[in-house]
Amino acid sequence: MGKPEGGDATVETAPGNGTAAPRPAVDRPWHAPGGDGRRTRAVRVAVSGALIGATVLAVLLVPPLFPLDQQAVDLTAKLEPPSWAHPFGTDEVGRDVLLRCVYGMRVSLLVGVVAALVASGIGLAVGCAAGALGGRADRLTMRLVDTFTAVPHLLMGIFIVAMFRPGIWPVIASVGLTHWVSTARIVRAEVLSLRARPFVDAAISGGASRLRVAARHLVPGVLPQAGLAAVLMVPHAIWHESALSFLGLGIPAHEASLGTMINGARGSLVTGEWWPTLFPGLFIVVPTLALAGLAGAWRERINPRRRSELVL
Amino acid sequence: MLELSHITAGYTPRAPVVRDLSLTVADGEALGLLGPSGCGKSTLARVAALLHRPYAGTVVLAGEPVRGFRFRAPRARRTLVGVVFQQPRLAADPRLTLRALIADPARATGRFTELADRADALADAVGLGGDLLRRRPPEVSDGQLQRACLARALLLRPRLLICDEMTAMLDASTTAALVAVVEDYRREHDAALLAVGHDRVLLNRWCDSVREFPTTP
Repeated sequence: MGKPEGGDATVETAPGNGTAAPRPAVDRPWHAPGGDGRRTRAVRVAVSGALIGATVLAVLLVPPLFPLDQQAVDLTAKLEPPSWAHPFGTDEVGRDVLLRCVYGMRVSLLVGVVAALVASGIGLAVGCAAGALGGRADRLTMRLVDTFTAVPHLLMGIFIVAMFRPGIWPVIASVGLTHWVSTARIVRAEVLSLRARPFVDAAISGGASRLRVAARHLVPGVLPQAGLAAVLMVPHAIWHESALSFLGLGIPAHEASLGTMINGARGSLVTGEWWPTLFPGLFIVVPTLALAGLAGAWRERINPRRRSELVL
Repeated sequence: MLELSHITAGYTPRAPVVRDLSLTVADGEALGLLGPSGCGKSTLARVAALLHRPYAGTVVLAGEPVRGFRFRAPRARRTLVGVVFQQPRLAADPRLTLRALIADPARATGRFTELADRADALADAVGLGGDLLRRRPPEVSDGQLQRACLARALLLRPRLLICDEMTAMLDASTTAALVAVVEDYRREHDAALLAVGHDRVLLNRWCDSVREFPTTP
């Protein structure tokens, strides 16, 4: 009696060690409804982590080992299907798709990470300022943010890229400067909720200045949320870089980027050569899904605050 | 020490929680304020601690009328009053260790080196020591956390201590311990006390005089 459901003969409890009794091993498939999702989550984290790890490793190790001449073409070997020499085949001017995918991924990751950092930094600053100042300053800031949101961000991104010569930095600027809005909103909401807690009253009563309350009690409280927003931003930024490059506005056309590769190989898709578009596409989809999976697991870790509060 | 006259305060101007209330706490006096839950005791305590601006009425603290509340009050005025809140869970920043929590007002006012010894002494006085001081609020009990909150409120040597239902969530022995700490502090520094609560027996034994909170019409 009183045993948890499913605590059957497979459970071995060490004698005299009641506190550290293991969770009962419940015999049901890991995907069954009613499970606590731990297994699923562990599998998802492991697979996502492995994929991200492999991508980062490839991006770091391949360029020094296999230098790529971005301008070199070999028209005798154009549009070769996947083979041992070219595992992902060659494109319409005879360049190896695999090698260019890795180089393109390097650009995408760089853009994704830096742009996400820029966007989250701006969002954190704006959200904290609005939330911590409150009142009229908050309302004014958030109306400005609303106005900013009203303009489609791809359009604004294109406008920013168009002002500069093509290259990686204008792309980073165009993604970073347009994607801080959601982070700013999340951070502001969190700051507003923290600001109303009695521990802020206690700090004020203890002589803390506005700046100190913000720096010591509010900003550290929103950092997990802001960090999560930053990680979730990386896949989004990668897609934006690809979209801009696909439109011919991002990375210069001859340089390897997942977007420029898909754009260049578009024509050969109709003649049945699927490999120069499919593989760059997979290189966009798989790592971004893996990154989103990791970020999702992180969100589940930091958000179920309620469960621990029930224990109190 | 503290003079509240004709205070009307609350969170929406149309339905204030406290209406036209006046009370005085003399230097060194201990005043108990008794009232059922929801009658505006905590709001009044927040007004008295300069944490909430009333809609009407005047607050005179240490002989000078109060013009600004919260951040608008000068630091020296704010720290004249120490506050202990009802719920230690909410009144403690969950990221600080208890040691940092107690010393927080010292850091906030830039007097950390001067007050470090006092923080240790206070932690000792409220019965916290050793491993407990290295833990964070989620890792200690309500009683232990409230002890730390009391030490924090006493750190800057306030001349008026406001205890807003300080012992409502605590067991009898912790209540006795905390009240003893407050009384020791008051004897030593001749500080005034405004104790807000609904426990008639406790307030009668603790305070020089006890007032019923006037019920709002």
